[in-house]
Amino acid sequence: MKNNSLVTIADYSKEKILYLIEMAKWFEKHPNEKILQNKIVATLFFEPSTRTRLSFETAANRLGARVIGFADPKATSSTKGESLKDTIMMVSNYADVIVMRHHLEGAARYASEVSPIPVVNAGDGANQHPSQTMLDLVSISKTQNTLENLNICLVGDLKYGRTVHSLLFAMRHFNPTFQFVAPEELRMPNEYKLFCEKYSIPYEEHVEFTPEIINNADILYMTRVQKERFSDIMEYERVKNVYILHKEMLKDSKENLRILHPLPRVNEIAYDVDSSPKAYYFQQAKNGLYARQAILCDCLGFTLDGINSNDKYRTI
Amino acid sequence: MKQKKQELQVAALENGTVIDHIPSDKLFAVVTLLNLEHMSNNITIGYNLKSRKLGIKGIIKISDKFFCDEEINRISVVAPHVKLNIIRDYEVVEKREVNMPNELKGIIKCNNPKCITNNEPMSTYFHVTDKEHCIVCCHYCEKELKREEIIIIQQDLLAE
Repeated sequence: MKNNSLVTIADYSKEKILYLIEMAKWFEKHPNEKILQNKIVATLFFEPSTRTRLSFETAANRLGARVIGFADPKATSSTKGESLKDTIMMVSNYADVIVMRHHLEGAARYASEVSPIPVVNAGDGANQHPSQTMLDLVSISKTQNTLENLNICLVGDLKYGRTVHSLLFAMRHFNPTFQFVAPEELRMPNEYKLFCEKYSIPYEEHVEFTPEIINNADILYMTRVQKERFSDIMEYERVKNVYILHKEMLKDSKENLRILHPLPRVNEIAYDVDSSPKAYYFQQAKNGLYARQAILCDCLGFTLDGINSNDKYRTI
Repeated sequence: MKQKKQELQVAALENGTVIDHIPSDKLFAVVTLLNLEHMSNNITIGYNLKSRKLGIKGIIKISDKFFCDEEINRISVVAPHVKLNIIRDYEVVEKREVNMPNELKGIIKCNNPKCITNNEPMSTYFHVTDKEHCIVCCHYCEKELKREEIIIIQQDLLAE
């Protein structure tokens, strides 16, 4: 049986990514089509993540599916020592697709291997979070009308930031140029720089967050610089305000520049940026809904062609 | 002459396998990997023997045992340059080297404590990404391990 699970963005080819972006854009126009009526989506959150869970559950509800699951593992039998496999086998008797968040790395891959129904990874520890990457790609595609040949500036914690690593990986298909802006302690790990070299992706590293970098960027992807990531607290105090974006820093930026952030933000984007037309992080989160509608439909075998050719789902 | 004297330190085999040129510090890892503790065959283990190539080396002679490729290739994880001599009727009938396999299932442990394989009753699974430098990648948590980080799973735990 073909396994329609989504474990990592690496599971998707360039064509598949473009197809799912197209599908997500379709859902933006038709957010309430009951394509998954009579389907049950199980959301198993072994680690709490309110935003991701609400986004998936909203996607499922808007598609007409019903949702079962748990938001907090304290109330489940995993606290009694039940293995992940047993939980997955039990839930797969009830549901049509499993959306799973887990604190252990590799949990989603393993679940997808033991589960008879598709598993969507909603984050497995520090490992993968492919629906986040899909919503980032949808956001870039929508705001730039393309994914090709963009100058993408990643700012903040590039060492531990799972989202920036997955985005970097997914963008390899689209001839990007990257600017890595990070404090010394949180620089882009060597393996990702080697990855760029392997795929001939040009990149530059910066410690300073300068106006030139901002003014040349098409996408400014901000991430949070967390205090606990620093071994030297003095170093944190020294750099913590360097990577904060203020509205006046955007005054000479490109017209098409958009600012993305995986959220939650703390102080890395000043609140005065919110009123700028270039601020896109809230719409970005909304795109997550459409991206997840596309992912759920795809996992359950619904194609865009199929949806379009069914009279019931035809554009009104 | 000297060489001959050393050969005499361990008994000759009638039939079986001689594993030679094992780095001394890897000898017991090889013993574990081949599950020799649980064999009833006649086994001679030589430890810290003089070697021109390695300084000191280990050697293992196992009577009436001929390993399959899968068993042998496990050794490559700790000792990629060992030599095997297959003995029949006191004669070396075949010389073999070990090859790093493309995948390692249930042989080594993932050293990421947050990896699912260290928290579920399941087998580990690694892809070998660089045979020359022995770099492996966990199929589940996707973390890379270098040769010096590799930990062998105790075979008796595997047997369960």
